[in-house]
Amino acid sequence: MADSHTHTPTPTPTHTHTHTPEPRLTPEPRPIPSPAAYLLLTRMWSRAAWQYRASLLLTGTAQMLGASLDLAALLVMYSQVTTLAGFTLPQTLYLYGTTRLAFALSDVIASGMETLSDSIRLGTFDVMLIRPVGTLAQVLADQFTPKRFGKLIPSTATLVWAAQALPITWTPLKAMVCVGTVVCGTVIYCALWVLTNSISFVATDARESANVITYGGELITEFPFAIYQRSLALLMTFAIPLAFVTWEPSLYVLGRRDPLGLPGFLSFAPPVVALLLSLLAALVWRVAVRHYRSTGS
Amino acid sequence: MRVYLTAARLSFRRYITYRSATIAGLITNTCFGFIRAYILLAMWHEKPHIGGYDAADAVTYVFLTQGLTTPIGIFFGSTELGLRIRTGEVATDLYRPCDFQLWFLALDVGRAVAGLVLRTAPPVVIGTLFFPTRLPAAPLPWLEFALSCTLGLLINFAIRYLVSLSAFWTLDERGSAALLLVVSMFFSGMIIPVAVMPGWLGALARTLPWSATLQVPIDVLLGTGTAGFLNALAFQLLWAAALIALGRAVTTAARRKTVVQGG
Repeated sequence: MADSHTHTPTPTPTHTHTHTPEPRLTPEPRPIPSPAAYLLLTRMWSRAAWQYRASLLLTGTAQMLGASLDLAALLVMYSQVTTLAGFTLPQTLYLYGTTRLAFALSDVIASGMETLSDSIRLGTFDVMLIRPVGTLAQVLADQFTPKRFGKLIPSTATLVWAAQALPITWTPLKAMVCVGTVVCGTVIYCALWVLTNSISFVATDARESANVITYGGELITEFPFAIYQRSLALLMTFAIPLAFVTWEPSLYVLGRRDPLGLPGFLSFAPPVVALLLSLLAALVWRVAVRHYRSTGS
Repeated sequence: MRVYLTAARLSFRRYITYRSATIAGLITNTCFGFIRAYILLAMWHEKPHIGGYDAADAVTYVFLTQGLTTPIGIFFGSTELGLRIRTGEVATDLYRPCDFQLWFLALDVGRAVAGLVLRTAPPVVIGTLFFPTRLPAAPLPWLEFALSCTLGLLINFAIRYLVSLSAFWTLDERGSAALLLVVSMFFSGMIIPVAVMPGWLGALARTLPWSATLQVPIDVLLGTGTAGFLNALAFQLLWAAALIALGRAVTTAARRKTVVQGG
């Protein structure tokens, strides 16, 4: 009996002429690089959203209409007054347009972060951890929908209109600062999406408070900082660097002195701020994921 | 009647459970109140009287809207019904031996009362601590305000209910809900008071039902309305009756052609 036991399972190596390597028990995971994974996942989610065309078109239209009505509210304000804290309509529209465009771009790229609290609560984040793809790319791409592009149209139109309505001469440097404002603003907002929504690792259903910095941050930077109380404006410059999204660089483009009396070189600080904030966001994300414990449900 | 009260009570308990979500929501409502207060104050700084409001009225208005959005449901595009039609759970709702529309109204009232208890007072109180505001001391405006808010909720529910019912035809109410949401945000006076909207836009906004959900109740409380309490009440009652009746008609039509998804 013992003899037959040891005898039966030995496979006879008759087909070795193909020289295939022996299959390993655990195939070596080949991680997909995060940017590629992100694009792959967003394409997948877009195709999923495309299956419900009517709904996608309606929600995209809703996003566009929402952005337009928001603009209408600003125009209503200027129908009652000629300046807000000394800023004319084209000047405020320039701030508004750069903010809205930068935020809309960050919304396209990073608002998947809003699904993080649900992923943690439902346990699907645990599934993301075992995939051979970076967790950040997965969360950012989660439930991506092309409806978000709807916001880009009104905000671009606003910025273009404001840029030509401003009574300033456009120099190459000003044009560069303008483009840089939108690019760095997008990066700053993306970092803020990651930083604020990471609160879900600590308190799963406290996600709504992230809105203060993301959507609230958008609302704050749409207007000249001169309308806020000085202490609050300083807080939003140095504690939460919202001033660097549009306010500081735009002072240079608009050719205005800082009403808060801060030095002029801060107008050129957004790239540094964007870089530092992105590094901070990456660090916070790493620490948070490393300390993550499943909710246990 | 008892069944609806029980449904409302259970819905209330469901919405009152999540504590850290409530605190997060309060922080959000209050912070947005501050931002919007500064924006409006910049406007009133240039022009001290706009649309019958002075600066104190405007700030009070902002914090009242922040406190009332959750109970009245300005940020919701549909009701729970929409989701239930999409998932097919509505089949159970259709079995229930009670009125379909009233059942969902009861659930929404429970949700609103939970929102009122948790989310209304703190933003208003914090706002009055930091800004000059104007709230009436006499009890009568508050009673009128309570009645007006109830009608505001009824109107808001009736509109959201109609949007939810659209899922019976489109199989997905999220598109129409998103459209409703942006329209309701603007015309309720959530982004900017209806009172400051000029010309034809103001006239249009004052006629549409959304003004009856936020602007009218707040005008009743602050005494800033131009028409007086009874006219405001009549305006709200008219819209409430019309929208509820329309909801009943559409419910009947929907029951006739129901396709239940899922399974």
